[in-house]
Amino acid sequence: MPFFAYVGLFLLLPTGIVLWGAIRDPAGHGFKLSSLKLLGGSTVRGFFISSVELAAITSIVGALLGAVLAYAVASGNPQGTIRRVYLSGSGVLAQFGGVTLAFAFLAAIGPTSGYLMHAGWFYDFPQGIGLIYIYFQIPLMVLVFLPAIDGMKIQWREATENLGGSTLQFWRYVGGPLLAPAFLGCTLLLFANALSAYATIQAWDNQIAYVVPQQISTAITSEVGLASPNEAQVLALGMVVMVAIIMTGYALLQRRTARWLR
Amino acid sequence: MAAVAPQAFEALTQPATVPRRSMRAGRRRRLNIFRYLVFTLFGLFFLLPLAAMVRFSLEGTKAGSWSVAAWTQIVSYPNLLGAIEITLELAVLTCAVIGVLVVPTLIWIRLRVRWISRAVEFLCLLPLTIPAIVLVVGLAPIYNRIRAHISLSALQLFWAYAILALPYAYRALIAGLDAIDTKTLSEAARSLGAGWFTVIWRVVVPNMWPAILNAMILTSALVLGEFTVALLLLYTNLQTSLYYISRETANAGVLFSTSAAALLFAFVLLMILSLAGRRRGHR
Repeated sequence: MPFFAYVGLFLLLPTGIVLWGAIRDPAGHGFKLSSLKLLGGSTVRGFFISSVELAAITSIVGALLGAVLAYAVASGNPQGTIRRVYLSGSGVLAQFGGVTLAFAFLAAIGPTSGYLMHAGWFYDFPQGIGLIYIYFQIPLMVLVFLPAIDGMKIQWREATENLGGSTLQFWRYVGGPLLAPAFLGCTLLLFANALSAYATIQAWDNQIAYVVPQQISTAITSEVGLASPNEAQVLALGMVVMVAIIMTGYALLQRRTARWLR
Repeated sequence: MAAVAPQAFEALTQPATVPRRSMRAGRRRRLNIFRYLVFTLFGLFFLLPLAAMVRFSLEGTKAGSWSVAAWTQIVSYPNLLGAIEITLELAVLTCAVIGVLVVPTLIWIRLRVRWISRAVEFLCLLPLTIPAIVLVVGLAPIYNRIRAHISLSALQLFWAYAILALPYAYRALIAGLDAIDTKTLSEAARSLGAGWFTVIWRVVVPNMWPAILNAMILTSALVLGEFTVALLLLYTNLQTSLYYISRETANAGVLFSTSAAALLFAFVLLMILSLAGRRRGHR
């Protein structure tokens, strides 16, 4: 089948090159794991720590705010205009990371040119870039979390009230535990999303590399001619491993969610 | 459907006893205040940066004045128009790959070789766990090796873009396949003497047309916003040309007008595609 040839050539082969390159002996033939020692180096560790920090902050804040918005959307009229606007808007905005988003924030709160305010912290890591990331994390959360909230049955609420439970008790003992796996799963998805984002942060500040994707790009297209594909491959391997672990957790939590909410 | 339940619930509780109803009404009122507060705050958060960008692009030489100078300068950037053209062509090519390669494959698997569908699902969703920045590390040697012999234009990016679009297209197409009864359709067509080619292209595809269009919309959206692969393979598309302008030009106005134009352009294009899809869906 041509499909398998295509996927093999443009998906599996590049992945194989990354993996093989990361464990290969850069000097000669055969393979040894010495390249992987790069991952333990203090500079590289710094990039991974920054990446995780940024992804953790933006995924947790984005998930909390996105969940509130998703609840507000879900509790309204299912055929209403607000729901339609917010759903299709979320679909667009969740994709709208990238260069233009960074420029929009530059126009709004740039340190010297901002229209709304001159934010001195615009170029600070992680607050400045974190705010920009949250802009696309919230819509993504709405998109992935809304099905879980929609799946909550009104009978659960009724049953709680019939047994004399308050709103607080409903969320504490019924709604909260039911939604918890979905919420955690969606947070993991947002985490992976922030981890692999590159365009936004590169357009935000192209002078300094903060996170792993930026360092990868420096390593393969170094403008001073010191490109080191081996370093890029090792960093890329590190990212694949992290994202794979997170996405596995996401898949497991989704399966757990599906047990109650369908 | 649980989503319609609140209204039904509200209607059912109307004749209930007075104290209970007032409690419910109070809860509903508080919920509504909460909802509109949330919608307003989030709406502002989402709209203000976009509004600021548009306003900035319309600013004249003096602060606070209005001018379209930054917008008229867009055409004077020859690279920019070229980049837009390339990006559009890439979107068409990538959609073509999805339509010619992925659509028939998924239908064929659904009809004839279901046992392989788990493996194909894994393959199609795999790009989700391989960020574009990682994929490009593996693609660069392949492109470089080919480029050593023949020069490749930026249009050759579509090979990689089809892979990036694969998970989104896959989900849209599978949802479409799940919504129709492929087994009955194909058996009916087969018993009337249709070959497999006819079954796929003249029976199943027309029935899942909205899903195919949906896949195309997602694919186009992805291509219009793609930056990472193009930048690192040293090609110029719309997003990378905006990035270069931001690095090279001191004139901030042009940057914002081109960004706003690019965004507007993407919005309009996606709107047209989804409207076209809706009309077909209603027919």
